Amino acid sequence: MNDSKPVHDWSIDFDHLDPQWTSNPYAIWDALRPTCPVATSQRFEDGAYLPLSYNDIYAIAYDTEHFSSRRIIVREQKVPIVGVPPITSDPPEHTPARRILLPPFAPREVQKLEPLTRDVCVSLLEAVGDRNEFDAAVEYAQSVPVHIMCQIMGLDVADAETFRDWIYRTNVEGVRNTQANIIVRHEMNEYFLEQINQRRAHPGADLISYLLTVEIEGQPLTERHILGTLVLLIIAGIDTTWSSIGASIWHLATHPDDLRRLVAEPELLPTAVEEFLRAYAPVTMAREVVKETTLSGCPFKEGGQVLLSYPAANRDPAKFPDAEKVLIDRAHNPHAAFGLGRHRCLGSNLARMEMIVALEEWLKRYPSFQLQEGAVVTWSEGTVRGPRTVPVKVYRQQTC
Amino acid sequence: MSEQDQQFVLFISSERCQGHSRCCSLAPELVASDDYGYAQVIGDGIVPADLLSKAKLAVANCPEFAIRLNRA
Ligand code: HEM
Repeated sequence: MNDSKPVHDWSIDFDHLDPQWTSNPYAIWDALRPTCPVATSQRFEDGAYLPLSYNDIYAIAYDTEHFSSRRIIVREQKVPIVGVPPITSDPPEHTPARRILLPPFAPREVQKLEPLTRDVCVSLLEAVGDRNEFDAAVEYAQSVPVHIMCQIMGLDVADAETFRDWIYRTNVEGVRNTQANIIVRHEMNEYFLEQINQRRAHPGADLISYLLTVEIEGQPLTERHILGTLVLLIIAGIDTTWSSIGASIWHLATHPDDLRRLVAEPELLPTAVEEFLRAYAPVTMAREVVKETTLSGCPFKEGGQVLLSYPAANRDPAKFPDAEKVLIDRAHNPHAAFGLGRHRCLGSNLARMEMIVALEEWLKRYPSFQLQEGAVVTWSEGTVRGPRTVPVKVYRQQTC
Repeated sequence: MSEQDQQFVLFISSERCQGHSRCCSLAPELVASDDYGYAQVIGDGIVPADLLSKAKLAVANCPEFAIRLNRA
């Protein structure tokens, strides 16, 4: 929970954990853009910056000389730096730390997981049974990515609740509470250390076993590096995709015309998915200023924290015509939901496949549904934003 | 010369490509991803007239400005 004082002036005192931001960040960005290309805040240690234009966000993602990835979450207090490569790595270390992970997440490998993803989706939908009212975020969207990540990493789906708890404590609680951060990282390390030891004794075909065999410049990865990467994958691979699937279902539950059109034109789904990614981009990153510089006339002081809002870049009308509108047939859509530059989301092929399969199976079973009357949809705050509840009412097809 | 008579060639900058795979999905006849997920032009990159609109979509959707359509 956020017990900070409410924000009155977003241009010089922004707070991305303020309930106004969590419920409707778009209005805040749109109000700032005409007069304030970069908002600032002293609520975060050493000051924080919020660039709003696509161009500035693009420039920062590319400028590793002035902006470091060593801090990827804007926090009230800067916690000691503990790397989770490759997302917290800067060049030159970033390049090989990322390269070893590219093959297992390339389109070719991801394609192999499609049948399993479909099975998972179908059985989750079957578990709904004949209930006409249920929560699509909790009973469906949330469970798809957990199953797939467990399959890739060779983990037990029974631990899903533990993973969710770690993610919450890292991405939400940890933003204001340094101690919580350190404790949760310790728990994750212990869990993965045990997994590593099991694989050393009995190697398998999973990603953890693979990380024990790969080398960088002729050297095996250090245990610290492997632990960091595993912690990153479990944090990055679940809530993100959950949020995107959930936001897509929420959109269709609240926009009957788009729902009807997608049911009638299923070939439009990949285009619609890109638009859901643009419009409801769930992931906001951060950078630390490591060398003073200026963007859009605004100084960025060394040590400052930059809130790198890919979601705001995606809503910049200078880059996307009708940026505020969700157009499921938007043909020109070079959005930044998966980041820009060298840290492009490693899981982007996987996340897209999961979204498409999850929506295909959902629409096959429920071509007609809407949000339950009076339902309150809550969105998660912080690094990953998505609807945590999507209570739907589904209408069964008549079968003769 | 009209667009129909023009020949176009698709070009991908391996420096700029970050492996978003947008072009591979939009124009699978023209671009494929390698083992690392980076996009590679298939063959000589010459775009047949009937695939020109797909090639243009691939260019327009690249978030990294990594793919270009040049006049042959
Ligand atoms: C819709 C779902 C997802 C979204 C929107 C998303 C978004 C992002 C973004 C914006 C970045 C860039 C970070 C930066 O610039 O600092 C990123 C990086 C990353 N993501 Fe994702 N992600 C998603 C799903 C996944 C999945 C499923 C995985 C795991 C398999 C994953 C693993 C990673 C990793 C490892 C990185 C770091 C890449 C690097 O630093 O080179 N993500 N993600």
